[in-house]
Amino acid sequence: MNIIVCLKQILDPEVPARDFRIDAEKKEAVRGTANLVTNIFCENALETALQLREKTGGRITALVFAPESGEDALRKALAMKADEAVLVINDGHPHPDPLAVAHVLAAAISKIGVFDLVMVGRESGDWGVGQTGGLLAEELGVPCISFVDNLENGTDGLIVTRQTDNGWEKARSTTPLVVTITNNEYNVPRIPKTRDIMMSARQPITRLTLDEIGVDAASIRAGGNYYEIVDISIPVKEVTCEFVTGDSLDERVDQFAKRIIEVTQAL
Amino acid sequence: MDILIISFSNSDYDRAAQGVAGAGRNLATVLGGRLRAVVIGPGNAAMNSRLAAVADEVIVADQAELAEYQPEIFLQALTSICRDAAPAAVLFGNDTYSQELAPRLAHRLSGSAAGDGIELAVDNGAIRVRRSVYGGKAVATIELKRSPAVLWLRARAFEPAPEKDSATAAITRPAVDLSMRAPTQIIERKSEGAGEARLEDARVIISGGRGLGGPEPFADLQDVAGLIGAQLAASRAACDSGWCPPSWQVGQTGKKVAPGLYIAVAIRGASQHMAGISDARVIAAINIDADAPIFKHCRFGIVEDYKNVIPLLKEKLAALQR
Repeated sequence: MNIIVCLKQILDPEVPARDFRIDAEKKEAVRGTANLVTNIFCENALETALQLREKTGGRITALVFAPESGEDALRKALAMKADEAVLVINDGHPHPDPLAVAHVLAAAISKIGVFDLVMVGRESGDWGVGQTGGLLAEELGVPCISFVDNLENGTDGLIVTRQTDNGWEKARSTTPLVVTITNNEYNVPRIPKTRDIMMSARQPITRLTLDEIGVDAASIRAGGNYYEIVDISIPVKEVTCEFVTGDSLDERVDQFAKRIIEVTQAL
Repeated sequence: MDILIISFSNSDYDRAAQGVAGAGRNLATVLGGRLRAVVIGPGNAAMNSRLAAVADEVIVADQAELAEYQPEIFLQALTSICRDAAPAAVLFGNDTYSQELAPRLAHRLSGSAAGDGIELAVDNGAIRVRRSVYGGKAVATIELKRSPAVLWLRARAFEPAPEKDSATAAITRPAVDLSMRAPTQIIERKSEGAGEARLEDARVIISGGRGLGGPEPFADLQDVAGLIGAQLAASRAACDSGWCPPSWQVGQTGKKVAPGLYIAVAIRGASQHMAGISDARVIAAINIDADAPIFKHCRFGIVEDYKNVIPLLKEKLAALQR
């Protein structure tokens, strides 16, 4: 099984709200002292791929479309034991729109060659757009299943389990297939071993330019053909918390319970 | 130009569907077009007639191939219907199926998609969506550059559509060629917590987080929930630890809920979690740490170990309810 896992590098979403700033001009978050990290759902996707490879064998290629910094995401993927790493250099728009991203990833995947399965995170922790998987499937002309948290080899095709609003569904699918991965208790990303981290530093990374994968680099660099961010701001919150008071815990909980009843009765 | 709203007939004309219809009606009014409702899936006469009371036309796609949800076949059907209707916008709710299909539908229609919208506007003829970004730390306005705009909405953030004064809308059933061999086939489905309302529709939610330390305390939360007619939910940390089903997860990456009251128990309130409850009317919290970010969003709270609060709270609520 040839598996391609697409990884997105994002500003660490754990940055506390008090340190979060917006650059109104560039219409994006100010990086400040925050680290760049691999989007958590992409890591869930890689973990799911690693577990699938343990069952079925095959090769995992980690694919990143990012500026040079994207190398860090690929080194980590290699340390988690992906087999190969491909970086498509984004030398232009800082946050290309989702169709541009899907278009680039599809071109890179065609360049990589044969694949059975493409795995992406369900959405990213920065813009949270949630479209890469679906658009990529359309660009590649293959089916797509979203919110997947487990894959197994069945008798005729893959058996794919995915989460729904109130439970789950199991699907049988032919390959090639695109899946978007969501988290569950079993695909929490593994921590790479120190030895594997050291080894990953020496492993080769294939670097491709936009020209090399045959996309119209100028239009990707320009961005905004699909949609455009016209404004971004930090919402103002005006809530003050009233902490319940009382001489004893009993009194405080009593106050708390009364507030609950007050609110629920007004609904 | 017309607006299409898409409803899956396996659910009801619930608050989400009403919100989508409301958003669609406003957009249709601004753009001077008709509001046309598409109901896709097995026959649901009740839903058709509810929509006929608010929309200008109801397009029902209930042919045999659509008896149960299959992504490739439903996508094919919606693509065909949307191509014929040539709308300015296609609106969905933010359920699983909608989120799965909307981007692909946009691609097939050469349109643009955007999701999780909390507000819609039209600027110089272009459709704009407001949505929260960076895990709820910021809000962005996005202008769709291609037509149609295919949008999935945080549906409960929109007022329901008013019923029309005039006669109910005509119901049409276009014949769609679905004689395709689908490469994927959903072969098994399971609902957890069947019979319970969807978390998105809950009026009161009591939610547990990492600080609970294990699955057992959820049983106590269930007791509290029972007393006030609340539904249970959880943070990502609690779900990832396997303490409760993934379908309980609330946050940027879980359910986006909009209850009248949300009680967060042992949840610190990372922005990721807050992004899922920004539409809650009142947030209350029980947390051992007075500096937990959750309190910045709370109307009222109690600083105390939940273990000391919950047994007492059960007693007090039971007494007050009497």
